[in-house]
Amino acid sequence: MSFPWARQYEPTNGFMKFLDERLPLPRLVYNAVGAGYPVPRNLSYMWNFGVLAGFFLVAQIVTGVVLAMHYAANAEVAFGTVEHIMRDVNWGWLMRYAHANGASFFFIVVYIHIFRGFFYSSYKAPREMIWLLGVVIFLLMMATAFMGYVLPWGQMSFWGAKVITGLFGAIPLVGEPLQVWLLGGFAPDNAALNRFFSLHFLLPFVIAGVVILHIWALHIPGSSNPTGVEVKKESDTLPFHPYYTAKDGFGLGVILLFFAFMVFFLPNTLGHPDNYIEANPLATPAHIVPEWYFYPFYAILRAFTFDFILSAKLWGVLAMFAAILVWFFLPWLDRSPVRSGHYRPLFRKFFWFGLIPCMVVLFICGGAPAEEPFVMISQIATAYYFLHFLVILPIVSSIEKPEPLPYSITEAVLGEDEDATLGATAAAKA
Amino acid sequence: MIRIGGFLVGIGFTVVVLFSFIMGAYNFATEDKVGAPEYEFYKKPKDVAFAQDGAFGKWDLAQLQRGYQVYKEVCAACHGLQYVAFRDLAQLGYNEDEVKALAAEWINVPDIDPDTGEAIVRPGVPTDNFPSPYPNNVAAAAANNNAIPPDLSLMTKARGDGTAYVYSLLTGYGPIPEELTAKYPEFDTPDGLHFNEYFPNLNIAMAPPITTKDQVTYADGTEATISQMSQDVSAFLAWTAEPKMVERKQTGWVVMLFLLFATILAYFSKQQIWSAAKPKKTK
Repeated sequence: MSFPWARQYEPTNGFMKFLDERLPLPRLVYNAVGAGYPVPRNLSYMWNFGVLAGFFLVAQIVTGVVLAMHYAANAEVAFGTVEHIMRDVNWGWLMRYAHANGASFFFIVVYIHIFRGFFYSSYKAPREMIWLLGVVIFLLMMATAFMGYVLPWGQMSFWGAKVITGLFGAIPLVGEPLQVWLLGGFAPDNAALNRFFSLHFLLPFVIAGVVILHIWALHIPGSSNPTGVEVKKESDTLPFHPYYTAKDGFGLGVILLFFAFMVFFLPNTLGHPDNYIEANPLATPAHIVPEWYFYPFYAILRAFTFDFILSAKLWGVLAMFAAILVWFFLPWLDRSPVRSGHYRPLFRKFFWFGLIPCMVVLFICGGAPAEEPFVMISQIATAYYFLHFLVILPIVSSIEKPEPLPYSITEAVLGEDEDATLGATAAAKA
Repeated sequence: MIRIGGFLVGIGFTVVVLFSFIMGAYNFATEDKVGAPEYEFYKKPKDVAFAQDGAFGKWDLAQLQRGYQVYKEVCAACHGLQYVAFRDLAQLGYNEDEVKALAAEWINVPDIDPDTGEAIVRPGVPTDNFPSPYPNNVAAAAANNNAIPPDLSLMTKARGDGTAYVYSLLTGYGPIPEELTAKYPEFDTPDGLHFNEYFPNLNIAMAPPITTKDQVTYADGTEATISQMSQDVSAFLAWTAEPKMVERKQTGWVVMLFLLFATILAYFSKQQIWSAAKPKKTK
């Protein structure tokens, strides 16, 4: 693990020496996020978002544990206990707004983290395991966030739960019994609310476990970097501490400024007003929408409007899950030997003018009512989404001619690298 | 193999979704466009300013007290405030004795007789929440032509642009505009409903609650116009929806200033640390 020039931990006092010989926790931290972890010296701010995602996971767990002390998962009183938190619990409003907006910020930083991975092909060998674990984390996050949104038991909670669990009803033969089994009833009620609360409390710790595996897997090859050229020698790297702890500290400050602005000045902007109406199984909201971070996938779900051998609903469900599952196969779909989008002219064009606009369009259509022209636009975007990952990306990676890569990270940063010059001279002589 | 499989799956989903697209586009092109009056004539809430708006907004306590008076004398006949307690009224600037007196004015707080165990009603005390005007939803529906008057505690958060929405709704009653009748002659306001262009459905079950000037006689002598009363009660409902709103914004400024300071420090310490790694000419 790690590079041969990585600094070794040396206990500085008797106690640390004692501890290091029996339970080397300080050594673990030193090697993981300390001076003992050499990191490419050219990481941009796009590489801040993993640490930021970790921060928001911890923040969500801390605020969530406090909220759970005051919340009751019972359909009769759940909505009232949330108002109790907002009105009577000391700083309860802060905990709840931080938790609700924290979920949004967790998704913002994770989306940037994922799209960073797309652009720099961070999924390529030898980092496939990191990528696969990351997609698992994202799926767990989606499940956790969905169940968390049900807990306040407002109108969108209830109807969102009904729509999403209704997706399982589209599965042929076993669908309906499966849906009843998942909900513990024919519609979302106490049984569903209780199990959602239980799972919403459990899953973040599962996420934390997979995050540990994600970071463990990261420490085998080390971080990727904007050039996509692998680390060759010590001058390509800097120790994580103090260089990247300082850089991440600054990044954390910036994102916290945005976060605090939302929590304190626009705390309900990312939510839906209908969720301040208590759940009512007899009154359907005009437009049922999930939380904003699910809009693109919700748009894909709703894009299938006509039966085609299978029912349209089943196609929508399959496509929605496939839209994320396809990420698992990226390391094998993209065969270009070059990682970074900076050196891949054609790939880069499809990323900026294909994938990104496609996601923006899906996002807008997912939040819009299911009427024209949004449905037709989302259908075009859905088609592009699948073509991008499954057709365009494999073809582009085979036919494109990458631009010349720098010899090393050192050369990319310092403008020249002695080894490269020596190598060139040697090659010229030979 | 993965790429061949992926290619087929990708083409498959594309074909199916484009089939939906073609069918949908064909229907869209051939269908008659049916307009909906609810869609065309529904108006966004009016532009109305409140003291608590904006990042520096503060409650106008006199206005909240007036709004409380409007709520008590007008709205409370049909609408509850179940999440608000009488003790919360202290935040409107009333002292302890005044809060006790205000609570005692509400004589229909349900309770259990401590001696006989029978259900009774008694005057409120500060620890009680506002009593509901109806014993249950069935009674509420029966008394109101089957439309249950919603609880108002959270009303301004439960509608988009809620405070302005409440104000617009209260002042938005009127006759059906001529353009609407001209375009949709079949549009009608059924008996028991009332036309209001700020209500998404255009026909609302609530009868105009604030109809005449001086419907409420303000204790502080403010002139009780319809607009004034509507604005005051909207401000009051903004408070009931989020009593901690001003506290939240004020805390926010402290937090933002601290974070700004910490972030600037973090930036310079990052610059300082990274200066050691600045590219050096090796020759």
